[in-house]
Amino acid sequence: MTQPLASLRQSLACAYSAVPSETIALGAESLDRRLGGGILRAGLHEAYAETAADAPAATGFALALARRALAGAEKPLLWARPEALSAESGAPYPPGLADIGLDPAAVAFIRVRDAKEALQAGVEAGRCATVGATLIELFGEARAYDLTASRRLALAAATAGAPIFVARVGASPAPSAAASRWLVRAAPSRALAANAPGSAAFTIFLLRQRGGAAGQESHEWRVEWNRDRGAFEDRTFDASSLSGPVASLPVGGTPGEGASQRAGRKFG
Amino acid sequence: MTLADARARAPHLSVAQADPDADERLMLRLAAFCEQFTPLVALDPPCGLILDATGCAHLFGGEAAMRACILQAMARLSFTGRAAVAGTPDATRALARFGQEGVTPPGEDEIFTRPLSIAALEAPKETSVALTRAGLTTLGDLADRSSAALTARFGDETMRRLTRILGREDARITPLRPLPECMVERRFAEPFLDLSAIENVLRPLIAEAMGILERRGEGGRAFEARFFRTDGAVAALNFETGAPSRNVEALLRLFRLKAESLADPLDPGFGFDVIRFCVLNAETLAQSQIGFERQDAQEGDVADLVDRLAARFGRERVLRFATHETHDPVRAASYVYAASPSKPNSWEKPEPGEPPLRPLFLFDPPQPIDTMAETPDGPPMHFKWRRVRHMIARAEGPERIAPEWWRNAVGRDRRTRDYYRLEDREGHRFWVFREGLYESETAAPRWFLHGLFA
Repeated sequence: MTQPLASLRQSLACAYSAVPSETIALGAESLDRRLGGGILRAGLHEAYAETAADAPAATGFALALARRALAGAEKPLLWARPEALSAESGAPYPPGLADIGLDPAAVAFIRVRDAKEALQAGVEAGRCATVGATLIELFGEARAYDLTASRRLALAAATAGAPIFVARVGASPAPSAAASRWLVRAAPSRALAANAPGSAAFTIFLLRQRGGAAGQESHEWRVEWNRDRGAFEDRTFDASSLSGPVASLPVGGTPGEGASQRAGRKFG
Repeated sequence: MTLADARARAPHLSVAQADPDADERLMLRLAAFCEQFTPLVALDPPCGLILDATGCAHLFGGEAAMRACILQAMARLSFTGRAAVAGTPDATRALARFGQEGVTPPGEDEIFTRPLSIAALEAPKETSVALTRAGLTTLGDLADRSSAALTARFGDETMRRLTRILGREDARITPLRPLPECMVERRFAEPFLDLSAIENVLRPLIAEAMGILERRGEGGRAFEARFFRTDGAVAALNFETGAPSRNVEALLRLFRLKAESLADPLDPGFGFDVIRFCVLNAETLAQSQIGFERQDAQEGDVADLVDRLAARFGRERVLRFATHETHDPVRAASYVYAASPSKPNSWEKPEPGEPPLRPLFLFDPPQPIDTMAETPDGPPMHFKWRRVRHMIARAEGPERIAPEWWRNAVGRDRRTRDYYRLEDREGHRFWVFREGLYESETAAPRWFLHGLFA
């Protein structure tokens, strides 16, 4: 009896493996290997900013994940953000969204008063099957975001089959129903010609993954967001690279190549 | 009579300061209450209301019965009223205030108003005195004179009033609120108290209104549910949809959201007499077959979500990004209501291979920073923002953005901005600018932090 069942399972797995409903691969090989393919599509994911200054990095990381989730689908991203955050780190700027690969026209933005409203809007959006991804930003130790609230979000994500991201600033990681939890810090970018800042780079720590390999220590990665590919890329560092211009060479490329590529950059 | 005289006559007289504002508020509340009889209600200062009962009277069993019904409702609220029914607003006012209350049969306004004293004209005192001296005591006396002579003697205004009171000239009232596109209501013999069953009352009402709209080939954009309480209070809930809609369940859901977001919950008090559902605004909506085109249904879903969020948080909070043709980085993007009509997408795609040139978050207004630069026109070596010093490891710029001189020509002087992309040693990326060209525009350029990159 078990044999036909197993073969059925296998054939089903073959038939559906191509459907991206299971996981969202991040694109960086070492990450995806550790995650077992990627993060759960129908799940709740948290990105904590390590310090207040890392707030744009945490939100940027979540937005990049959302971009991965939306890839190919003509579905909108819904973004709920408490007003207080815009005073803290500025208001979302659409050309900047385009610069990380999201289509500003496909983003609906909800300016809410507080965390409670952000969560209400997030649940409402997360339940809607035609929303491709939901991003909720929270500011400070938001008491409204408790186990119940996170479970409600996780449930909404599971029913609608689209991810919900919660980006948090000024809060320490706490237990929740999240499928994955990340701590995000801005990382020095790979410099371009004339020591210009390059693509967005992050140092990310995986604090938790539901159903992930048990007993493993939390992992740390340095990744860079490649907008053109819409994927994260692994980056290797040595300790000395943190603050010197010397180490900021393109990985797997010679400095000369990088320089000639960027030589024609202009402004206008 | 002076107050002292009045007190001498009635020692127990209670005295209060006149408060015209409060009186007006009271009249407005009474007007709202009277909207249960007809949607066309206007204030008639100083202390009257005028109701246009055209096409409504039959609902109450005729004009006489309607008049009685209104007086009774007023009496229940402890108001004594005088009410008349006549062909024109002015005749009605004159009859109610100076004549016989009651119903004037159609076309007989003049017969009923002729015996009224000239006080009914409410003309200035000298006019009244002059008329009385001339031996004219009733409106009838006046009406028999040549109007040219009277106009010459007493002015246009008095004569216009006369012709209107006599019903020779008609004037419409200007209602407090515009007439809705469509309106349905339930009246209850017993006051309706059960809030939990309110949706069961609203559902058939909304369905009925949607039926009316469907026959017209329209869908509603703005809606209102009105609850008339027995004690005269009126509660109104307004909501809107982004696109014309005839979806009863979606509208009920919006109503529910709106009711939940109320600061004071809907309080039936001693009960609701009348529940009314109005479509305030309707637009053409083609008859459609639901479930045929999946694409439409999907778009409908997001539109539906936007409506629900707008009902809960207010439409100024549910937004999308709009783009403008300008090189001014601030004016290039704005926020508009998510369901407002959109232009074709014209967001510029970033060039492949470029790093992000525009920040993810933008400060408005830009934040002043203290900088230290090697050369006056070079990028900063470090800057201080919010009491934290950022040591710059990488920099690119300047990207010079000149002010749009054709704009704000008279306003404050706008200076050229040199923008730099900076990255500090920890990897935080910033968008800063130096305002004013060194030496040519200013001797000490100021620096601002304008945005943050991911």
